Formats: sequence, C-alpha cells, structure tokens
Amino acid sequence: MSVSQTHRTIDTIWRMESPKLIAGLTRMVRDVGLAEDLAQDALVIALARWPDTGIPDKPGAWLMTTAKRRAIDLLRRNKLRDQKYVEIAREIQLYTEDEVDHALDGEIEDDLLRLIFMTCHPVLSQDARVALTLRLLCGLTTDEIARSFLIAESTVAQRIVRAKRTLNTEKVPFEVPVGQELAERLSAVLEVIYLMFNEGYSATSGQNWTRPLLCQEALRLGRVLAAIAPGEPEAHGLAALMEIQSSRLKTRINAQGEPILLMDQNRALWDQLLIRRGLAALDRAQRLGRTLGPYAIQASIAACHAVAHTPSDTDWIRIAALYEALLRQTPSPIVELNRAVAIGMAFGPAYGLQLVDELNTEPSLQGYHLLPSVRGDLLQKLGRFEEAGAEFERAAGMTRNAREQALLLRRAAECKREGGRT
Amino acid sequence: MRFMMIVKATTDSEAGVLPSQELIDAMQKYNEELVKAGVLLAADGLHSSANAVRISYPEPGSKPKVVDGPFTEAKEMIAGYTLIEVKSREEAIEWALRMPDPHGNGQGEIELRQVFEMEELMESPESRVREEALRRKAQENTKA
Repeated sequence: MSVSQTHRTIDTIWRMESPKLIAGLTRMVRDVGLAEDLAQDALVIALARWPDTGIPDKPGAWLMTTAKRRAIDLLRRNKLRDQKYVEIAREIQLYTEDEVDHALDGEIEDDLLRLIFMTCHPVLSQDARVALTLRLLCGLTTDEIARSFLIAESTVAQRIVRAKRTLNTEKVPFEVPVGQELAERLSAVLEVIYLMFNEGYSATSGQNWTRPLLCQEALRLGRVLAAIAPGEPEAHGLAALMEIQSSRLKTRINAQGEPILLMDQNRALWDQLLIRRGLAALDRAQRLGRTLGPYAIQASIAACHAVAHTPSDTDWIRIAALYEALLRQTPSPIVELNRAVAIGMAFGPAYGLQLVDELNTEPSLQGYHLLPSVRGDLLQKLGRFEEAGAEFERAAGMTRNAREQALLLRRAAECKREGGRT
Repeated sequence: MRFMMIVKATTDSEAGVLPSQELIDAMQKYNEELVKAGVLLAADGLHSSANAVRISYPEPGSKPKVVDGPFTEAKEMIAGYTLIEVKSREEAIEWALRMPDPHGNGQGEIELRQVFEMEELMESPESRVREEALRRKAQENTKA
C-alpha cells in the first residue's frame, strides 16, 4: 500500500471510528472538547506509525487504547489522582487491547447515545447543536459543515468551540436522561437530526434545491439512533420518515435542476429499497405499542404517498385523518395548511380553499410562501385562474430559493395564459 | 454511495452444508455492527444452485435457453450479498475487510462492487462523451 493510500485508509477509519472514540473518551474525562483532542492525538500517532507498521487488525480498538493511554498520562500529569483516575485504571486493566472492541461494545453504544444527548442539549442554541452533532457524531470537518450551510468556515469553527465551552461551564452531564426529561430531551435530539435532513432536503436559500451530504448524514445518524435506542418509537418514526423522503430525493429535480412536485414525480424512479426500509421502520415504531408521536405520524403520511402507484391512488382521506392526528399532537398553522391540502384532495378544492382562507389571517403564516402557493393551486383547480396567478406571483416574491421561485413564476404565467383563454 | 459485498459460493454452500454456529454468530454480530453504524441497507443469503434456473440467450433475438440447476463451478456463483451505503470506496473496503471469512474452509471470497447511482444511469451518452473530451483537454492543458 502506498503512503497516500494508507493515509486515505487512515482517514476513512478515523471517520468511521471517531464518534465512538470521542464518546468513550468523554465518559472517561467528562469533557467533550478534551475527548476530541485525545482522539485527535491518537489519530496523529496512527498517521505516524501505520504507514510503517501496516494497519492493525482492529484499528478502532487500537485507536481507543492509544487515546486512553494518552488520557491517563494527561490525568497523571494534571495530578488528578482522585477517584476518577482509579476508575479509569481499573477499566484499562480489565481489557487487553484485542478485547477492547468486543468487551466495550455494549458500553460504546450507551456512550454514543449519551454523546448525542449531550451535543443536542437544550443549553446550546439550535445552530450550535447542529454544528456540534455534525462534527462529533458524523465526523464532518468544519469545512464540510460550512459548505453544507453556505456559511464561513470560521463561523462554524467558532460555533463549535463555543458549544464545547458552554457544555463545560454549564456542567452538562454525560448521561441519558430518564423519566419525563427523557421524552423532552429525545425530541430535541430528533429535532436536530430532522433539521439537518431538511436543510439538506430543501435548502432554504441559494441555487441548489438539495444538498445531499446533509441528507445522507442525517439519515445515517437517524438509523444509528434507532439501532441504539430501539425502545423509542419516535426514533424509528424519524428513521422511517427520512427513509421514505429519501426514496424520492432523486426524482425531486429535473435535468435542469428545477423542482418536480410530488404529484408530478416519476414514481417508477422512487427508490423501492428505501421505501421498504421506511415501512419496516414504521412497523417497528407501531409494534412498540405506544401512541404514535409526530415523526411516526408524518412517516405514516409519507408512507401513504410511497405506496400509491399513481397520484390518483393516493389515500387522501387517510392522509387528512393523519394530519388531524398530527394537529392534536403538535398544533401548528403549517400542519393545518397541509391538512387543508389533503382535505382539498380528498373532498374537492372548494373545501380545501375554505380552510386555507381561515388561515389567511394567521399571523405566523404571514410571509410564508406556501400559503399563497397552496391557495393558488386550489384556485387554479377551481378555474379561478386570475386569482390563482396573482397568488403564485405573491408566493414567488416570498421564497428565497431561486429554483422554487422559478417554478412559482412559471405556474403564475400558466394561469395567466389559461385565464386569457376563457 | 452504495456497495454490494458479494459472497461467492463454495463447494460446501453448493452442497447445501449449513455454516457452523460459530460462523452464523460471527456474521450476526457483524451485521449488527453494520446496523449500529447506520450503513446496512439489505443482506440476504441464497439457496444453493440445486433449485436455481439459468436463462441464457445464446442466439441474440431468438428464444432464451432455460437450464435447471445445480450448476458446477461454485466460484462463478454467489451464496449471498450485503448491500451497504457508505461515504467512500475506502469505507466500503474497510467494512468488507471486517466481514468474517464467509466460509472458513479456504474458499471464502468476498467481491466488492459499487452499485450504479440513478444519475449515472440516466446520464445521456452524449453528455458523457462531452465530459470525457473536457477531461482530456484539461489533462492536456496541465501537461502543456
């Protein structure tokens, strides 16, 4: 293996192992920033040694052992000869290098779960949670994070440094919360992952409609979470939702990079493997036998579309009912808007329009481009082309996504033409 | 990107000899690792070729030739596959290296193949030719 090949392999191993390393080390040193430094130290040592010695059989265990030795050295140097040190020493004696991988398997999963709860802790701002999670749990570089969010690398670096400091000063514990707190904190974790996914799925600004890297990372992390917290229906619900939405990822844009709406997508191109995985995850959520949470409900809605072979096969009545259930759990004007769309599809555009018009005065929807966009769609279906065109134009003026804007303006022009004909 | 780890058939797997409990456990553990890393998409083992069917087209444009199994040449057949979704070819290789020896009788062989992405298939031949021409030109420019 050439040196550059070895370096690429080491980089890969690092990306695969770093979340586990950082999680395990955080349990030891109780400081996520220090844990990351120690893990990096182990990487530096590997980069120096492996090109000569070859890559060890269990590279993950090697890195963990090396990093732990560094941790112990450091704790000794800092004269932290207290209970913490005794605990660490005992743990090291327990396992030989070869056994670390196997013996710590169960614990490592717990540590990973603790780390996710830490990086998504409510003491951090939403931006900080996302950046720190992408950095520590997905192993993304600051540069990759910056490019994904179209922000400066220095901004991301600063955000991460501050986040680590906040976790320290606020003495955020490295633990999985229990009882009532678990539900709240879990929903914060799910929110961060879904935010990452959505940011990737439909960029809020810029030329690109989708940013695949974020979607991939979010989906992967969602799958990991469902695997290490299998008793949480919402973890499966979120995984299901992202699997099903990902199945349509590649049919959402045409060759010119313009968006294609759900009803106009070529369903033969939907990824059936991801749909099956999504339905299986949803089934796991349901089989846990608890009331379905908002992610599982949204996944159920996505599933209704996924199993419909043609748009006209869509079970809109069920979708409208699911939105109703979602509204009861998470009341929001946006969900109401979606319900209005479903009602319009199930029972006719006039019913949908009636609901949308009730939302017209909703203050939180002012400036939200989907409100006039949905209204335009319903008006168009009712043959009120002039009003529809005006709504599409209004919507186009509100969105920051250039591709979406182009689509809305095209629909506006379409309505004008239709209107002129009558 | 997706990769398929294809486990080749062996004389044992073709003879319908089931893998040892030890190997089954090791494979299960490995699959669990894939799941917990969020990379496993699908994995299946295949029956031996005893009840397989081979359909071939020796004469283009005419009717297919249908032959029932079993077939000889175990190495040309597959015994199972594992489909993974990873960030790079290197990561796929790393995962393939971590799979236990699938047969443990000296015949174990795993073949790693990249799965076509839809956009690769949808890409028109013309655009590919254009891209290759551009790439050649860029190379010439760097040489010059």
